[in-house]
Amino acid sequence: MSSHYEAPIREPLVLGEKSYHDISVDVGAPVLGKANKSWWIVFTIALVAFLWGLGCIIYTISTGIGVWGLNKTVGWAWDITNFVWWVGIGHAGTLISAVLLLFRQKWRMAVNRSAEAMTIFAVVQAGLFPIIHMGRPWLAYWVLPIPNQFGSLWVNFNSPLLWDVFAISTYLSISLVFWWTGLLPDFAMIRDRTDSPFQKKIYGILSFGWSGRVKDWQRFEEVSLVLAGLATPLVLSVHTIVSFDFATSVVPGWHSTIYPPYFVAGAIFSGFAMVQTLLIIMRKVSHLESYITVLHIEYMNKVILLTGGIVTVAYAIEFFIGWYSGVPYENYTYLSFGAATGPYWWAFWALITCNFIVPLTLWVKALRRNIMYTFFVALIINIGMWFERFDIIVVNITKDRLTSSWAMFQPTFVDIGTFMGTIGFFFVLFLLYARTFPVIAQAEVKTILKSSGESFKRLRAEHGDD
Amino acid sequence: MYTLPTKLKLFSIILMVLGLVGIIFGFLTTPKTIDDVRKIMAEQESHHGEGHAVDGQDGADTANFVDEARGEEGYSGAAMEHATDLKAEGHGAASHEEHVLHQLQTRPWSATFVAAFFFMMIALGVLVFYAIQFASQAGWSPVLYRIMEGITAYLLPGSVIVFLIVVFAGTHFYPWQDHELVAGDKILQDKSGYLNFPFFLIRGVIYILGWNLYRYFSRRNSLAQAGANNYDHYRKNFKASVFFLIFFLVTEATMSWDWFMSMTPHWYSTLFAWYIFATMFVSGITVIALVTIHLKGLGLIPFVSDKHLHDLGKYIFAFSIFWTYLWFGQFMLIWYANIPEEVTYFIIRIQEYQGLFFGMLILNFVFPILVLMNSDYKRIPWFVVIAAVFVLVGHYIDVFLLVMPSTVGHNWSFGIPEIAALLFFMGLFIFVVGMGLGKVSLKPENDPFIKESENYHF
Repeated sequence: MSSHYEAPIREPLVLGEKSYHDISVDVGAPVLGKANKSWWIVFTIALVAFLWGLGCIIYTISTGIGVWGLNKTVGWAWDITNFVWWVGIGHAGTLISAVLLLFRQKWRMAVNRSAEAMTIFAVVQAGLFPIIHMGRPWLAYWVLPIPNQFGSLWVNFNSPLLWDVFAISTYLSISLVFWWTGLLPDFAMIRDRTDSPFQKKIYGILSFGWSGRVKDWQRFEEVSLVLAGLATPLVLSVHTIVSFDFATSVVPGWHSTIYPPYFVAGAIFSGFAMVQTLLIIMRKVSHLESYITVLHIEYMNKVILLTGGIVTVAYAIEFFIGWYSGVPYENYTYLSFGAATGPYWWAFWALITCNFIVPLTLWVKALRRNIMYTFFVALIINIGMWFERFDIIVVNITKDRLTSSWAMFQPTFVDIGTFMGTIGFFFVLFLLYARTFPVIAQAEVKTILKSSGESFKRLRAEHGDD
Repeated sequence: MYTLPTKLKLFSIILMVLGLVGIIFGFLTTPKTIDDVRKIMAEQESHHGEGHAVDGQDGADTANFVDEARGEEGYSGAAMEHATDLKAEGHGAASHEEHVLHQLQTRPWSATFVAAFFFMMIALGVLVFYAIQFASQAGWSPVLYRIMEGITAYLLPGSVIVFLIVVFAGTHFYPWQDHELVAGDKILQDKSGYLNFPFFLIRGVIYILGWNLYRYFSRRNSLAQAGANNYDHYRKNFKASVFFLIFFLVTEATMSWDWFMSMTPHWYSTLFAWYIFATMFVSGITVIALVTIHLKGLGLIPFVSDKHLHDLGKYIFAFSIFWTYLWFGQFMLIWYANIPEEVTYFIIRIQEYQGLFFGMLILNFVFPILVLMNSDYKRIPWFVVIAAVFVLVGHYIDVFLLVMPSTVGHNWSFGIPEIAALLFFMGLFIFVVGMGLGKVSLKPENDPFIKESENYHF
């Protein structure tokens, strides 16, 4: 794609004396080896959480939405908060695989596979909430425009909730195809390296008979580029449509034109924080420190800084325009003086602290290159972005236009249990993925080894560029 | 080394002289008194006859306002008054004529401002693009640094002129500077903490100072880097770019509120600032492509290949879509919720400027997306030139629609003042940019990524 020359000033992306063979061995090791005890412990915990969440979901559906903490004023709370939070987390995966591909960022190659996996698994969690928050989820298929016996009763295409259906389902399918296409050469590598006939059979099926001919590679690259070109507007539009759920309304604080780009920036912000959280652990337990280097972590921190900065400016704009509008109702919105001092002051300040103040420390180079510290900040951002969605959704509607309908929201154990359950489900999927999928796109990393590998850069420095 | 071709120089001077004459003509021929307005209106009536279409629409407009139907005196009532203000049929006959007089007197101001801002925003957009290239350590674009620096040479004169216009336009642009009006308007009184003249002035000074200082120092460092044997100047530029981008992100928002949003001080939109940014950015990139093609045509930049042009084409394509995304985000959300305070902005634009309002979308979205989709086309200079011209015309209309409906309302036309201002600033732009390009070698030697950039293939 781009030239093999690389400026000496750039830091290497693959550390150590790695050869093509070493990459295959390192990436294949977790798949070809056996799970250790700690994997089983963590997996069990995640599975228990998932089953508990499943119980909560079954309880909700069989008993009624009333088991949640919702009331007549606050009709959306944890359900939609978690939905938006999970969709947001999913966005970093597509950003890394698609947008960074368009921008030809070589460092994405070590992180894209896991980021995409995270996208898929996060969108699966998100996809649960639109179903389970329905009063009659068994009629959910009515949201689809299918010809029927009610005189072909159709859906109303004016609702952003319907746009959500299309957005999320398209997003999941495109991400899945994009991910799987990238996996073909890597599954083939596992297929060719395994000794177990069972694994050979399985990875033979998964890799669709990939044999890596020139023509295949040409088309592979072209498909990746086209899908990246399609996934980029998709990633922007999906979270935009999620933001429309609120912005098209006339609720003070919800109705705001900045929501589309602001939600997208927030999604990337929270998504990258989640990628950091996962990869910092993964590079350690799967021994991938040579590929997911401190430089990768620093780059991701820079993306976090950028999107965090954009989100912060959006907060400031919301706050300012809330005042500037002169509309008295705007004083109870999630970013207003009223919110900072009102009954949800703790949610307001959690948002400001976690999303603005703590990430600011990443401007210090030593801190953003510190792995432990990054892990800590990433966790804080994940919490902060949950609060952002909570604030947007709940704080705005607790104090609406009529004071007689003001209310507070208190989650029940079912709200909390369902959320915990999705976290458990996410980790069940992710842990299974980490044991069975090549977690680094080895085929891609091999393309940058000679331009960006440490040993090759050193050779060039010693013997000249040409 | 580039020197502005003599013919082009002469051409730019002719444009400036013609433009200046036209601008002065525009200012001198505005009506002075209400009697003049009456004469003009009588003339118009004899031209158009009785059938004035606007009359019929008027009732339909106000019916859109829910609060009007309820007969309540509220915030949206005040907003609606402002909307009807902008139309001819605002109040009684006398105040109506006064109103028309004011709008006609504003027209040369608006015409000059639209063109002045259009060319300034190109320079500013390029400056932001330039800063992003440094901050992101781009490997493809260093060969274009001198070109971008040449274009941003226009920022200093351009931003000073824009600043002078917004400062001296007074109530022509900014109703909140009219003390009488503010005294009777509760909303404007509440906003006076932000919308007051001294603060407005200070903010303006901060903007143009900050932007021009970055342009000055980055250019100086960039030139010093060419003669250096280490990367110190490059590193300074890297830091400066990062801090400039932060500064810009904030000041761009307040600038948009100050210079554009406060033209209709009752109206507000949170997205507005970023929407203006998108306009600015895509226009800037488009002009980089045009200047690159010009210099390439003269054979002065052999190190720039059609791959670089391809990338610029992709940026024009992508940010045209991005602009449309923000345009649609703002428009659709306001249209969908239809809140009276907010829809006034689009009602006047759709009813009085319909052709331009929707035509702009074809120029800024449909056209670039069709022309620049194919990857081969992005490497053909004349193809990119065609797309670029359409995009620039489209974004001129975009700025026109930001300003005109808010200042001259339905009394707009496209005549001598508008064309003259466009000619004058185009001449100035060509002249200043040509001079800016001409001072130094067009290849930024010793940049750490210059070799990557020269060897760049795609």
